[in-house]
Amino acid sequence: MTVPVIGEGEARVEQLGMAAVTILVGVFGCIGYFFVSNLILDRIYPASGPQAGRNINRAGAIRPWLFLMPALALLGVYLVYPVFVSVWLSFHDARGETFVGADNYVWLINDAKFRESMWNNLMWLVFVPAASTFLGLVAAAVTDRIRWGNFAKAMIFMPMAISFVGAAVIWKLIYEYRPDGQEQIGVLNAVWTAMGGQAQTWLTLPGVNSFFLMIVLVWIQTGFAMVILSAALRGIPEETIEASILDGASPLQIFFKIKVPQIWGTILVVWTTITITVLKVFDIVLTMTNGQWGTQVLANLMYDWMFRGNDTGRASTAAIIIMLMVTPIMIWNIRNAAKETR
Amino acid sequence: MATVTIRNLVKRYREAEVLHGINLDIADGEFVVLVGPSGCGKSTTLRMIAGLEDISGGEVLIGDRVVNQLEPKERNIAMVFQNYAIYPHMTIYKNISFGLRTARLPAAEKDRRIRAVAEQLELTPYLDRKPGQLSGGQRQRVAIGRAIIRDPAVFLFDEPLSNLDAQLRAQTRLEIKKLHQRLGSTIIFVTHDQVEAMTLADRIVIMRDGHIQQIGTPTEVYDHPANTFVARFIGSPSMNLLPGAVTADGGLALDGNGPIAHPAARGLAPGSRVLLGVRADDLRVQSHTGATDKAPGLQLSGRVSVVEPLGPDMLVYLDAGLDAGTQQVIAKADTRQTLRPGDEVTLTAAPETLHLFDEQSGKAVAV
Repeated sequence: MTVPVIGEGEARVEQLGMAAVTILVGVFGCIGYFFVSNLILDRIYPASGPQAGRNINRAGAIRPWLFLMPALALLGVYLVYPVFVSVWLSFHDARGETFVGADNYVWLINDAKFRESMWNNLMWLVFVPAASTFLGLVAAAVTDRIRWGNFAKAMIFMPMAISFVGAAVIWKLIYEYRPDGQEQIGVLNAVWTAMGGQAQTWLTLPGVNSFFLMIVLVWIQTGFAMVILSAALRGIPEETIEASILDGASPLQIFFKIKVPQIWGTILVVWTTITITVLKVFDIVLTMTNGQWGTQVLANLMYDWMFRGNDTGRASTAAIIIMLMVTPIMIWNIRNAAKETR
Repeated sequence: MATVTIRNLVKRYREAEVLHGINLDIADGEFVVLVGPSGCGKSTTLRMIAGLEDISGGEVLIGDRVVNQLEPKERNIAMVFQNYAIYPHMTIYKNISFGLRTARLPAAEKDRRIRAVAEQLELTPYLDRKPGQLSGGQRQRVAIGRAIIRDPAVFLFDEPLSNLDAQLRAQTRLEIKKLHQRLGSTIIFVTHDQVEAMTLADRIVIMRDGHIQQIGTPTEVYDHPANTFVARFIGSPSMNLLPGAVTADGGLALDGNGPIAHPAARGLAPGSRVLLGVRADDLRVQSHTGATDKAPGLQLSGRVSVVEPLGPDMLVYLDAGLDAGTQQVIAKADTRQTLRPGDEVTLTAAPETLHLFDEQSGKAVAV
């Protein structure tokens, strides 16, 4: 995209140039690495000569590791190393200098904001995956039966293409409040006042405001659930459905007794995948309320302590808590997904 | 138990008509097999009887009730599918009982019936298992059990043996035949395999391109095929069809071979083009050339191209009609005969084993 901005033009061109170079270096660097390393391996163990067979076997044993190396190195630097550093930091003070034992954890457990975050995360955890999966399942079942189903599917899937921040901004406008006497520009208040209600600042209503945030994520994740579950529903052998028709099952019975049990594994994978997304929820909260009015969540709490409180110890402690919560679900999810594809 | 009557049954998908008004009367307790190549409309017919496909035209009657507008469950039928179609998430017990769940029966009676059916089909040890733990043959027995439990008026089988290996197929075929003898119910069975059709059926319905070609007992369709399609389709290997023409004196001259006497040819105008049909089993292979005794019937000279031993006998592929263009002919021969590719032989067949068809219409010419 070319955006003509007066005065900033040159800086922008420079940025674009850097981006292009990065992409070229990245892509061709990868191809080059695989090509050259492969070539060297074939030189060391040539597939000819008196020991051709032994050489082919040895090269075959080394090659996968050669190709895996860049990925393993990057994962190590950006994923494994930070985990260990986070653990280390969580036992140190704000600047990461003095060992403080379990102080950060003790502080966290007694912190009111942390308790609020845990409670909110729990609410998110219960509501969002359940609502998304259920709505996705209904959407998948219904869109398969109507003529304009593909259009409906595209509409429902569309939010998946919007970033969390973008979605949050859209919904913030929906919840927008204007004082009495002014025209309500937020859809929710417009409808609410049209029905005779008093305009509300929805995002500050204690207790329910978290749900207004959750709806944003449900809106995004329903499309994901629908697409996966729709594919699963289509994978059900048609004959089992016909057999149940002959056995006298009603459409609802066919759905709940024949179809849903057959895609149960997929439903669980979708559920847990959304659960993991939910545990990491951050952008929506930061953009819409920044954790005020009782809507704080763990990821935003971590961010607050890291970049506003400048306390690496407490931020890391919050990060560890999130990781401890996500890990078991992730392991279970991966195992289940592996079982599904077997 | 019930009769099934099909009157002028038509199936259209938008503009395309795939079933062109077929008629069929099935007697109470009869085992009828619909057979034909894929796309002939046999499965469509079955699915229309079941109520899984809408009827575009004509009527289906089960007993004396027109069922066109009835839901599948109201038709009192049960169906066994090619891919078993048993519910993978239910135990075998649940699978068999699923069709009974709306029946107004005391629970103890239901349980007794389920166990009786399982016992019949030797499924008792597997009642608590899931279908995934069963072999293909066992799964098909579960599907059959699910059909039996409802005690339907008509059983519908849609290629139920196609997914089984050869040995299991023969075994299950036998079980289905025994089942029919025991229950005495009306069965409509769809297959593309003419061996299944021959072995199972009381009557065979041979279909092609949405038309019925012939209806008859296995012996009838084998001995008196109504046209060249049936002649080729029923029996293995396929019937040999040799082109020829009717001679002036009412005999028959095969292209590139001498004239032979054939009684049926007398009714045809001289010069009419015909196909002479002869089954491999009816051909005798004589391993010497030249005219033998002037026996009536077919005499053909040919050269052996391939020999396929089958055990008790062997299939001999020959290039016959050496004078003008060769024609491949298949014959069956005794394994004790030593035949090698390249051998010159004479083929003979008795006159009563020959079939005559009109070349243009393909229809059999009455003897």
